[in-house]
Amino acid sequence: MKNRKVGALATVATLALVLTSCAESERDSGTGADGDTGSDSTQTEGDGGAAASDATFVFGAAGAPTTFDPFYASDGETFRVTRQIYENLIGIEEGGTEGVPELATSWESEDGLTWTFELQEGVKFHDGTDFDAEAVCANFERWADQNEAGQNPSGAYYYGNDFGFGEDSLYESCEATDDLTAEVVVSRVTGKFPMVLSQSSYAIQSPTAMEEYDANGIALEGEAFVFPEYATSHPTGTGPFQFEGYDNAGGTVTLTRFDDYWGDPAGVETLVFKIVPDENARRQELEAGTIQGYDLPNPVDWQALEDSGNQVLIRDPFNILYLALNPVADPQLEDPLVRQALYHALNREQFVSTQLPEGAEVATQFMPSTVSGYNESIEAYEYDPEKAQQLLEEAGLSDLTIELWYPSEVTRPYMPDPQRVYDAVKADWEAAGITVETVTKPWAGGYIDDTQNSRAPAFFLGWTGDLNSADNFLCAFFCGDDNQFGTSAYDWHEELQEQIAAADAEADEETRTQMYEELNAQIMSPDWLPGLPLSHSPPAIVVGPNVQGMVASPLTAENFATVTITE
Amino acid sequence: MLRFIVRRSLQALLALFVLSVLLFAWLRSLPGGVVSALLGERGTPENAAALRSALGLDDPLYVQYWRFLQRALRGDFGVSNGVFRGEPALDVFFQRLPATVELSIFAMILALTLAIPLGYVAARRRGGPLDTGSVVFSLVGVAVPVFFLAYVLKYVFAVQLGWLPPSGRQTVGINATHITNMYVLDGILTREWDAAWDAFKHLLLPALALASIPFAIIFRITRAAVIDVMEEDYVRTARAKGLTPRVIRVRHIMRNALIPVVTVVGLQIGALLAGAVLTEKVFAFQGIGQALAIGFERRDYPVLQVLIMMAALIYILVNLLVDIAYAVIDPRVRTK
Repeated sequence: MKNRKVGALATVATLALVLTSCAESERDSGTGADGDTGSDSTQTEGDGGAAASDATFVFGAAGAPTTFDPFYASDGETFRVTRQIYENLIGIEEGGTEGVPELATSWESEDGLTWTFELQEGVKFHDGTDFDAEAVCANFERWADQNEAGQNPSGAYYYGNDFGFGEDSLYESCEATDDLTAEVVVSRVTGKFPMVLSQSSYAIQSPTAMEEYDANGIALEGEAFVFPEYATSHPTGTGPFQFEGYDNAGGTVTLTRFDDYWGDPAGVETLVFKIVPDENARRQELEAGTIQGYDLPNPVDWQALEDSGNQVLIRDPFNILYLALNPVADPQLEDPLVRQALYHALNREQFVSTQLPEGAEVATQFMPSTVSGYNESIEAYEYDPEKAQQLLEEAGLSDLTIELWYPSEVTRPYMPDPQRVYDAVKADWEAAGITVETVTKPWAGGYIDDTQNSRAPAFFLGWTGDLNSADNFLCAFFCGDDNQFGTSAYDWHEELQEQIAAADAEADEETRTQMYEELNAQIMSPDWLPGLPLSHSPPAIVVGPNVQGMVASPLTAENFATVTITE
Repeated sequence: MLRFIVRRSLQALLALFVLSVLLFAWLRSLPGGVVSALLGERGTPENAAALRSALGLDDPLYVQYWRFLQRALRGDFGVSNGVFRGEPALDVFFQRLPATVELSIFAMILALTLAIPLGYVAARRRGGPLDTGSVVFSLVGVAVPVFFLAYVLKYVFAVQLGWLPPSGRQTVGINATHITNMYVLDGILTREWDAAWDAFKHLLLPALALASIPFAIIFRITRAAVIDVMEEDYVRTARAKGLTPRVIRVRHIMRNALIPVVTVVGLQIGALLAGAVLTEKVFAFQGIGQALAIGFERRDYPVLQVLIMMAALIYILVNLLVDIAYAVIDPRVRTK
């Protein structure tokens, strides 16, 4: 018996020895072996004056990037990462929404069709190749040359939306007239161009790397999109950070400082995005110091986070929350008196001050005030429940019953807590004698589907702007015959479509801005009023006490290269 | 014997097939779906229609199922469309399996080392304060939802006291070598002791929360079994023979009392998997459970199909092995 035990023990010991001898540590000597993150702060001065150190900045992300090629993405979690790897011809001003020179130093056009871009000198891609006009044109050509999967809205969403594919495409040609001058021709005048190029999807990528790793090889396999090797493991841009790796099992994306970056070097050596899907868990990780920042903290936590020494950076609101009214789903809403009544019954001042975070504003039209085309002179519909009742009586609907929809299983930057928004509106409407029937559905479990297909009479939805363009807001809401506001049921639908198209096609910026201002007034006039703009709500980003240099961006386009970390 | 194994295997296959049909239909009957999850506010009717048609979701359900089956028979279980976009669904499963296995094994070890001695002592001092206390404690263990316990543990030990990390599996930047993707084991195998210790600390709270499920049951079964066995004739005989208390305890009481415990441990594997879904979500622990939760949020059909089917496969295989083992031990089972 004893011998058997000894024998068994010996076998286990031998096995363990064999196992450990085949298992070799593959650790790089030096970096991070002590498990320390972010506390290294050996500061050295970079060329541009930014304090570059060998520190690590760990940022808590809510989800994994869908791809590392922003051309095939349309979600914030992807763009947050790719914006650090890539740059665009046109950048976005720090802390604002205006387009500024980035890889292009200037751009101009006489006729709104032929655009000349002068390019930044001395820029290198992460693979060591030069950035020049040829590279710019290679990118334009690559965007236009998409296969069927690439052309799908779940592939190159932005390009399909902004440029379009095939014969009707906005893009016509690109020519490198010299090393640092690219001439881009578009097929029609539009207010969006060239500012659309500031969106993350239009990052300039290395033509060499794209060719080597088949960047355009997106494919549809079964029920899903499959991305080429370029997008999964070889993203190559010109930005301050380069791609190091994506640890799928551990849920981290690692970027490192690009030493040949043409501008100010990144303030930290390593930038890690740690994927923590649960918001509560992100907050606790920040409090425990295992991450040094995360996006979209819940407004109810802002105060507590600040109290424990963190910095809650509040962005200027660049979004809108609205209550859409759809006459296709409920013909009662065709009567403008009913829509006006629903508006007058809402106490939006109170809603914004009690239900939304600090810094939120009442909306008077379908875009925030920073967008060119915003009309200052539009006055808010005043809160007047009696007038609401009177209007309903006039419409012969004093006993109005309406279905009001709100989504569950979701928070959006413009709507931190959908149920509270719903509660506020319901209480106001009921106070004005309106009977409210509640419908709630999960965001991806029927809500989006039904609201976009005119099955919900009154519902909450919103939008965060992609760039400073009135068209980016108005067209997202009202373009097309089957838009979510069901405007095709109104006799002014055609006029609305024409006016949106006409404003976008106006080459002169001043005239265009004026056209949008007029259009905004027209949309909010008592006869049109397709929905009720409610609020602009400021989303926040939070960083730990030892993080400096993070500038909050209204477009959520924060540049992590300016971040430094101290003890 | 061979015939028995073949018959049981065919039954298992049939069960898997029926499950796959039900699962396929059920997932697609959920309201909304992957198209709205992918497009969100950008899901205009045209965009949604283009995406639906590209993904083949507007074909009749049986056509979609037929395509799924054809691919599945070739070993292609589809590609994730949600958070793990572009990755083969089977890879998502295998990447995350070690985490859940590590967590479950650890939870089970914790439960066994706590519950068996405690059950034994409680039975020996039946009716005493220790017994009453443990019974109440185990009742709480059964009654408290595992996610609640997880939140409380996390709040106290990670957030308030700061003794243990609040979430994840390993500190970012520790740069550990991964071989099996069971991080504690990897750290031991590669002798990266700091990495093993770090992974262990990450494992402790979720494992403790998860252990509450099997702990309560194992404790109660052990206690009941020990009480039963203590009154058996052979124990009295052993005592009469003048055997030492230690020999009676180890050889006669525990050995016999552990038989029902072993059976229960086997049955608890399913419960552990269910508990892991909740625990992993709370601790952002990158295992199968977290992938399932994310998969549901994003209506990621391929990932959900693979995760659920694989879980079922494991369950069915374990059952099949148990059946075969019974058949080997007891020939009467074969003819039943």
